[in-house]
Amino acid sequence: MSVRLISALSFVVFAPLIGGLISGIDRRITARMQGRFGPPVLQPFYDVYKLLQKENVIARVRQNAYIDFYLLFVIFSGMLLFAGQDLLLFIFSLTLASVFFILAAFKGSSPYSLVGAQRELLLVMGYEPMVLFAAVAFYMATGSFWVSKIIVHPVLLIKLLPGIFLGFFYILTIKLRKSPYDLSTSHHGHQELVKGLTTEFAGPSLAMIEVAHWYETVFLLAFVYLFFAATPWLGALAVVVCYFLEILIDNVFARAKWEVAVKSSWLVAAVLGFGNVAVLYLLKGF
Amino acid sequence: MLKNDTGRRVLVISSVVAIGLLSIKLLVDYYAATVVYFHLPAKWIESLVFPAEVAIGLLILGMCFRYRRWFPALLVLAQSGLIAWLEYFSTKKVISENPFFLDKFSLIMALIIGVVGGLIAVYALGYMKVFQEDYHKEVADRRGMFFLVLFLFIGAMFGIVFANDLIWMYFFWEITTLASFLLIGYKGNKESIDNSFKALLYNLIGGLGFAGAIVYLNVRADCADLSQVLDKNPVTISLALGLLAVAGLTKSAQLPFSRWLLGAMVAPSPVSALLHSSTMVKAGVYLLIKLAPLFKDTTVGYVVALVGGITFLVSSFAAISQSDAKKVLAHSTIANLGLIVLCAGIGTSEAVWAAILLVVFHAVAKCLLFLCVGSVEHALHSRSIESMDGLILAMPKTAWMMLIGMAGMFLAPFGMLISKWAVLKAVVDANPLLTVLLIYGSAANLFFWVKWMGKLIMLERPSEELTALKLEANISRTISVPLFSLGFLTVAACLTFPIMSAVLIEPYVLNVFGATVSMTRGNLIIMVLMLGMLLLFPFNLEPKRKGRWMPRVVDAYLAGVNYDSYSHVNSLGGISKNASRNYYLEKYFSESVLLNAGIISTVTLLVVMFLMGSKI
Repeated sequence: MSVRLISALSFVVFAPLIGGLISGIDRRITARMQGRFGPPVLQPFYDVYKLLQKENVIARVRQNAYIDFYLLFVIFSGMLLFAGQDLLLFIFSLTLASVFFILAAFKGSSPYSLVGAQRELLLVMGYEPMVLFAAVAFYMATGSFWVSKIIVHPVLLIKLLPGIFLGFFYILTIKLRKSPYDLSTSHHGHQELVKGLTTEFAGPSLAMIEVAHWYETVFLLAFVYLFFAATPWLGALAVVVCYFLEILIDNVFARAKWEVAVKSSWLVAAVLGFGNVAVLYLLKGF
Repeated sequence: MLKNDTGRRVLVISSVVAIGLLSIKLLVDYYAATVVYFHLPAKWIESLVFPAEVAIGLLILGMCFRYRRWFPALLVLAQSGLIAWLEYFSTKKVISENPFFLDKFSLIMALIIGVVGGLIAVYALGYMKVFQEDYHKEVADRRGMFFLVLFLFIGAMFGIVFANDLIWMYFFWEITTLASFLLIGYKGNKESIDNSFKALLYNLIGGLGFAGAIVYLNVRADCADLSQVLDKNPVTISLALGLLAVAGLTKSAQLPFSRWLLGAMVAPSPVSALLHSSTMVKAGVYLLIKLAPLFKDTTVGYVVALVGGITFLVSSFAAISQSDAKKVLAHSTIANLGLIVLCAGIGTSEAVWAAILLVVFHAVAKCLLFLCVGSVEHALHSRSIESMDGLILAMPKTAWMMLIGMAGMFLAPFGMLISKWAVLKAVVDANPLLTVLLIYGSAANLFFWVKWMGKLIMLERPSEELTALKLEANISRTISVPLFSLGFLTVAACLTFPIMSAVLIEPYVLNVFGATVSMTRGNLIIMVLMLGMLLLFPFNLEPKRKGRWMPRVVDAYLAGVNYDSYSHVNSLGGISKNASRNYYLEKYFSESVLLNAGIISTVTLLVVMFLMGSKI
C-alpha cells in the first residue's frame, strides 16, 4: 500500500478518536474558564455511545439519508486532504458535504431546523471565499494545488501567507461552530434557535453528526498545520495555540447576528485573503 | 405549418431524430479531421445571401413600423446600409474562398444544437399543447409558426458554427436575432411585445457591431473569412476585434447588454430553454471563444475578460434576491456565460479548454432546469420558488430531475463544477487578481442553488395532501422523455467528459494554441468515485427490519402543543399552520442596484476599450 493510502486510511480510523479527545479537552477547558469542573475528558465518547443506543426517531421520512451522505463526504474530504490530493478537490468535496447537512435540515422541515438551514447556508457563503483564497494563495506560493507538494515545500509558508493565515483563523470560528458564529446550531436547546440545524435529529443520526464534527475538527486543524509544514514542531504548536484561542473566543463572545458573520467574513476574505494574494502577485511578478 | 396535432407530432419528432442523427453522423465522419473547408453545392445559393439579408431587414422593419418602434428600425437601416455599401459600392470587397468549414469545436457545437435543441423541440410539442389548450387560452394558437421559427432558429445555429465567410455568419446571426424576436413575442400581449423589442434592440446593436467589423475587415485588412481573421496580428485589427466583441457580448447577454435575456423569460418555457442552452447565447460565446487566441494579452481581451468576470459576479449576486424561478435561471445563465467570456478574454489554452467544457455542461443542465420549471409552472400555475415546497412528493419525477439539474450546476463532481474548477486554475495562472470575481460569485451561486434545492425537498404540508394533488398523473411522453434524457445526459456527461475532452476539446485546443491541458488521472478517478457514491443516494439504505435503528416518524418540534407535524395549537386554541420563506436578502442583493453598478462599470470598460483601440 502506498503511503498516501495509509495516511488516508489512518485518518478514517484515528481522526474520530483524536477529534473526540479534542472535544473532551475543549469541554474541560471551557468548564474551567467558566469556573466549573467539567465532565471527564472521555465524555464525548460516552455521549455518542449513548446516542447510538437511543431510538431512531425522525420527523420526515428519509431525512437521515442526508446525514449519512454528510458523514460520508466529510470522511471522504478528509481522506483527500490526508492523501495529499488536490486542495481544490478537497474544498469542493467538503462543500458537497455541507450541502448535504443543510439539505438534511431542510428535510427536517420544522421552523427551527429551517431557520438553522438558512443560517448555515449564509455561513457557508460567508466562509467559502476565504477558503478559496487560501487555496489560490497556497498555489501561488508553492506552484501546486496538491497537498502532497505543499507539505514538502521548503519555505515556511506562514511567512508568505500571513494574511491568509489570519483570515483562515477568522473563519475557523465558523467552521468549528464556536461562538460568536454558532448561529446555525447550538449546544443549548433552550435558546432562540432551539437546536437549529440539528433540531429534528435524534439518536443515531445525531451521533453521526457529532462524529462528523470530530472528523471536521481534525482536518481543519491539519489545514492550519499546512501553513507551518516546513517546521513540524512549530506546526504542532500553532495547532494547539489556534484551538486554545478558539475556545477562548467561544467563551468570551456572545452569539452574533448573521449579518455580522457574513459581512465580516467577506471583509476579512477581501482584505486579508485577497490582499495577501495581491501582494504575492506583485512580489513574484506572477 | 401543419394544423393538426398528430401530423405536427410526427413531423417534429422525425425532424428532431433526423437532426440528432445527422449531427452524430457528422461527428462520426469528421471526428478525426482538424479543419475541413467546403462550399455549398451550387454557386448560385451563395449569391443569395445578400438578398436574403435584405429580406430579413425588411421583415424586421415591417414589424418596427407595425408597432411604431423607431430605434430598432434605425439600427436595421444602419447595418443593412453598411453591408449594402460593401456589397455594391466598395471596391475592396473580398470574395471568400472558403465560405464554410468544420472543425472539432464546431462539431461539439453541432452536437449540442442537434441533441439539446432537438429535445427542446420534442418537449415543446407537449408543452405548447397544454399551453394553448389549458393554460393560456387567450393566446392565439400560432403553433405552426412557432415550430417553423423554432427549426429556423436551430438551423441558423448550425449555420453560425459552420460558417467561415463572415457575411454568411452575419446572415445566420441575424436570423437568430429575428427568430428570438418572434419567439419572445409569441404571447402577443404588451409585456411580450415590449420584451421582444428589447431583445431585438440589444441584438441589433450587436448586429451593427458585427456589420461594422465586417466592413472594417474587408476594407482595411483584406479579410472575408473567420480563418483569415484568426491569422492576423490582433493589434492591427483591434477596432474590428472590439466590434466583434460587442456583437458577442450582446448575443451572450453580458453586461451592459444583459437586460434583454431577463426580459425574454416572458416567452414559453421551451423558448427560454432554447435561448439559454443550445442556441442564441451560445452563438455569442461561440464567436468569442473562436476569437480567444486574438484576445490573449490585448486591450480588447482584458476588457472582455473583465466584462465577463463582472457579469459573473453581478448576476450571481442578483440571483440571490429573486424568487421567480425563471429569473433565477436567467441570472444564472448570464453568470455562467460570464465565466465563459472571462475565459475567452484570457485566451490561454487552459482557459479555452475550460470555456468549451462550460459550454457543453451548461447547455445540458440549464436546458433541463428550464424544461422542469416549465412543467412545474403548468402544474402549479406559478413560477415562484416559494410555491415549490414539497415538490419532491407533489411532482417526484420533475423534482428529481430538477435536483439533478441543480446539482449539475454547482456541485462536485458534476459538470459545471469541473468546469469552474478548470476556470479557477486558468484564471490563477493568467492573473490571480481576477480570482476575486470568481470566488465571491461562486459563494453566491452556492447560496441561491441550495436554498432552492431545500425548498423542493422540505415538507410543510402532510405528504398525503401533496401526493393527492396528482400533478404528474397525465404528463405526456413528449414532456417526460426529454426531461429524463436530459437528466441522464447531465449525469452521463460527467462520466464521459474525459472521452469528449480527449477526442474533441483537447485536439481543438492543441491545434489552435499548440498546447493543451487535461485533468490528471488521479483527479478523474476521485471524481468518478464521488459520482459513484452520489448515485447511491436515491436508494433507501435504511434498515427495513424491526430493530432499534429502524426509523420511527414522530411530529416535528414546534415549541408548543403540536396539532400534527405541520401545525400547532395557538394561544387561542385554534390551529396555526407552519409557514416559512427562504432568505432573499433584498436589502443587500437588490437586482436594480447591482445591475446599475454592473452596467456603469462595464460601459466604462467598453468605452475605454474603444478609446485605446482607436489610437492604433
